[in-house]
Amino acid sequence: MSDFWILLTGALVASCCGVLGVFLVLRKMAMIGDAISHSVMPGIVIAFLLSGSRDSLLMMFAALVFGLLTTFLIQMFQQSGIQSDASIGVVFTALFAIGVVLVSLYARQVHLDQDAILYGEIAYVHWNIFELGGINLGPKAVWLLGVTLFIIAAVISLFYKQFKLCAFDPALAAAIGIPVALFHYLLMGLVSMATVSSFESVGAILVVGLLIIPASTAYLLTDRLGLMIALSVAVGIASTFIGYGTAVMLDASIAGCMVCAASLLFVIAFLFSPSNGVIIKKLRIRKLA
Amino acid sequence: METIWSMLADPNMQWIFLGCTLLGLSSGVIGCFSYLRKQSLMGDTLAHAALPGICIAFMLTGVKSIGIFLLGAGAAGIIATFGIGYITRNSRLKQDAAMGIVLSGFFGLGIVLLTLIQHGDYGNQAGLDKFLFGQAASMIASDVITMTIVCVSLITVCTLLFKQFKIISFDPGFARGIGYPVAFLEQLLMFLIVVAVVAGIQAVGVVLVAALLITPAVSARYWTDRLGLMVILSGLFGATSGAVGTWISASVSNLPTGPVTVLAATLLFCISVLFGPQRGLVAKRLLRQRVKQSFYRDNEQHIEGSVKKEAAI
Repeated sequence: MSDFWILLTGALVASCCGVLGVFLVLRKMAMIGDAISHSVMPGIVIAFLLSGSRDSLLMMFAALVFGLLTTFLIQMFQQSGIQSDASIGVVFTALFAIGVVLVSLYARQVHLDQDAILYGEIAYVHWNIFELGGINLGPKAVWLLGVTLFIIAAVISLFYKQFKLCAFDPALAAAIGIPVALFHYLLMGLVSMATVSSFESVGAILVVGLLIIPASTAYLLTDRLGLMIALSVAVGIASTFIGYGTAVMLDASIAGCMVCAASLLFVIAFLFSPSNGVIIKKLRIRKLA
Repeated sequence: METIWSMLADPNMQWIFLGCTLLGLSSGVIGCFSYLRKQSLMGDTLAHAALPGICIAFMLTGVKSIGIFLLGAGAAGIIATFGIGYITRNSRLKQDAAMGIVLSGFFGLGIVLLTLIQHGDYGNQAGLDKFLFGQAASMIASDVITMTIVCVSLITVCTLLFKQFKIISFDPGFARGIGYPVAFLEQLLMFLIVVAVVAGIQAVGVVLVAALLITPAVSARYWTDRLGLMVILSGLFGATSGAVGTWISASVSNLPTGPVTVLAATLLFCISVLFGPQRGLVAKRLLRQRVKQSFYRDNEQHIEGSVKKEAAI
């Protein structure tokens, strides 16, 4: 049974990240996703210190605040004349450092260690059960991730057209009156939510692997946005399964193996994608020559 | 918290202090060039990519020494650089996605290897996880000596090749035109960044070592428009944060060095953002007020003048 819950959690994480990652990759904001996944850390720690529990709405809210704060600060420094990648670097290292300092200072009083934040504890997911009136309803993480996935799917499908236009041609979107900045912050808010609900299972650092790698793999395979989202989710779920199998075999970190599996799938797509693969392109050129 | 002087009386601490200060100095200097070449996040990617290199070096040799780790991490860093370049050139993915893929892929591999080492029977592996956040106090004398040599040689190379690095930072096309080996110099600069990152890993940790390259350079940019001065200031900011980080983290138990160093650098950055001449927020506000006042004064004179003219008519 524990295998089932672990795989279900992993698949939910991969779906949340896969959908959002597509928009990050298309808007050339992959590194902002990386920054947000690091900088929600102080939010998580502060909420944990205040509430004492790991699965509260407060934690979600605090992470959301820090995610939006990161986006806002990066934008502000960029407008004041710092290069965009440098402003990303300054902001997320500072916020992450605050988080680590808080964890180390209060490490003895709270049960929240650095390892859990970095690599996650997907193997322990099924021990933290959500009970309602004495009935066992499955692990809390699954519920949290399920709700997050529902919100993400609802927001993206409601504003699909707007997100699509903002991803491909922000200038046109602004010209026909779509509030581009609002959708930018909305997307970043969703990314922070996905990060915080995934951090418990895969860790704050590896979330970025699941955000960017499956989406990039899908980008190499198709030219249609809808198909790209579906492929990205599929690649994410496939890497969860492969990663978990490998981790059990090797007795290694599950989250790490999941990201490695995702990288492996990316390499395969990079070499053999029917439209963009390096080797396929070489073969086509040889056939023409 | 101990005072800084009583801590410096300890000879072991003196070495570590010197090492971290030099580390801040040299990464501040190199960070300037990577900032101007718009490659700030490259340091972050290289630092994450170094983790599997360090793990493989440890698995092969079973020794924890900074020199061997330098080799492993350097090799991993160079593979990562080529990987990013190859992905960007041969597919439609942009550089940021390529960096994200390489960063997280390598880091994932590193974490898998780290857990393999922890679960396997490699003796003497305790403290390998200190590489994630850095613990300057755990360094031993030979580590500090290696680090010092590395930092001094980094600074020497930068001083000797200052003119060349300056020109490839601002105008690589011109540098090629007057016959400099631009590709070689770019690779050399990348190699120096790898070395600075690897030297910093033990003191600051994989996750945050990039901040030592980015934050001092951005802060220094607020104070000056001249590259020479910027490099010196950035080195000074880096050295100060390294020193403060070591001091505070060594005197509070259980506090890793990396985050404290980064926070010290961030504090300097905030000061620079507020009080930098010309670019700083305060200076900008003052300038705007001055312009506004002079505009109103001119306007009033103009209105008074036209009123007088009307009265005369």
